[in-house]
Amino acid sequence: MQSLDLSIVAPYSELLATGLGWTVVMFISSSLLSVIAGIAFALIVLYAPKLLALPVRFMTWLLMGTPLLLQLYVIYYGLVQVGIDIPAPVAGIIGLSLHFAVYNADVIRAGVLSVDPGQIEGARSIGLSRGQTQCYIVVPQALRKTIAPLGNNLIVLLKDTSLVSIIGIAELVYSAQLAVSETYSPFEFYLAVAVIYYAANLVLEAGLHLLEKKVEMSR
Amino acid sequence: MDLDLIQRTFPFFLEAAWITVQVSVLALLLGFVVAIVLVAARLSTVFIFRCLSRLYVSVFRGTPCLVQLFIIYFGGPQIGLELEPLTAGVIGLGLNIAAYMAESIRGAIANVDPGQVEAARSIGFGRGQTLLLITLPQTAKLMIRPLGVNAVALIKGSALVSTISVVELSYTAQRFISSTYKPFEIFIVSALLYIVMVYSVRLVVDYLDNRFAAR
Repeated sequence: MQSLDLSIVAPYSELLATGLGWTVVMFISSSLLSVIAGIAFALIVLYAPKLLALPVRFMTWLLMGTPLLLQLYVIYYGLVQVGIDIPAPVAGIIGLSLHFAVYNADVIRAGVLSVDPGQIEGARSIGLSRGQTQCYIVVPQALRKTIAPLGNNLIVLLKDTSLVSIIGIAELVYSAQLAVSETYSPFEFYLAVAVIYYAANLVLEAGLHLLEKKVEMSR
Repeated sequence: MDLDLIQRTFPFFLEAAWITVQVSVLALLLGFVVAIVLVAARLSTVFIFRCLSRLYVSVFRGTPCLVQLFIIYFGGPQIGLELEPLTAGVIGLGLNIAAYMAESIRGAIANVDPGQVEAARSIGFGRGQTLLLITLPQTAKLMIRPLGVNAVALIKGSALVSTISVVELSYTAQRFISSTYKPFEIFIVSALLYIVMVYSVRLVVDYLDNRFAAR
């Protein structure tokens, strides 16, 4: 049993800061992509012909029924197997985005279904096309209702970016692992990382709260 | 598609899936007990208990489960806590899911008619008795769905213990992927087993929810 010495973390602050940078990169790119793909998936499941909707439904079933960890691992090594040698961060972003797109699509679909059908009839009767009705009338109203559940998904996403450490992306957890292999002080480093995640999570929650309020007021 | 490989590795995966089931069930039980304690503390009259309960939930929900597992398993020995991977995994997952389950239970309790609590208190039940004998049984049906969601999250989350070398489903999948270089075949087998577990829990939850909601 060795004693705890939190000062050991200080020399590695630069390493951890770089790790945090990668965590932020993974988070921002995956959250943008997962929301965009989530909207697309939701619209496909709702309106596209069966032939297009079926694969999306199958993917939803598959991605919701298996762990993200396994998905990341298979996407990275699977693509390498079929000869697509993509860099790990790209595989990580694809894995996180797909996984969360499916969950985002689920809440967006519920939001779209909760839009009053009179809104669609109204838009169509003043001459908007189907596509325009979706873009300008349905999706904006649906998004307003889904801001809170989408925010919850993003909060989960921020924490789940830690999983991409298993495919060797040098984000926070991976950086801590590097530092631990040099110092043999796992407790201090993982504790420091936990504190950083906690702070990042507080910032994200505050940001989402502000966004929710803003959307609430624009009604 | 290498069907022979699927056939050959299947027994190993079945064994690994059994470990996943064990880890999930044990963590779920631990999580439920801790969650009840957290909710009781949250509803207590003692200020410090309420604070501690809120702090626990906020910390465990505000940090990644992976990091919590690493602190317990790799950091534990530094504070004199040496655990087997399986034990550390169950404790880590259980403590983590407890924070989420506490919120599910608290949400259900908030929906119980306050008159029930007042009545129980006025006929002489203590606060603890009221919670255990009056409030919790009534919330049971309201808790089925949110706790079911927690259970499904836990089964999938149990994949995380592969990182602390518990030989469960995801660990076995990783091992076979790196030894056979056939990720798709291995994914099909392991995904199938996860899907069976996840969707059978969902079926049970749907059944129970329908049954009790009808009353």
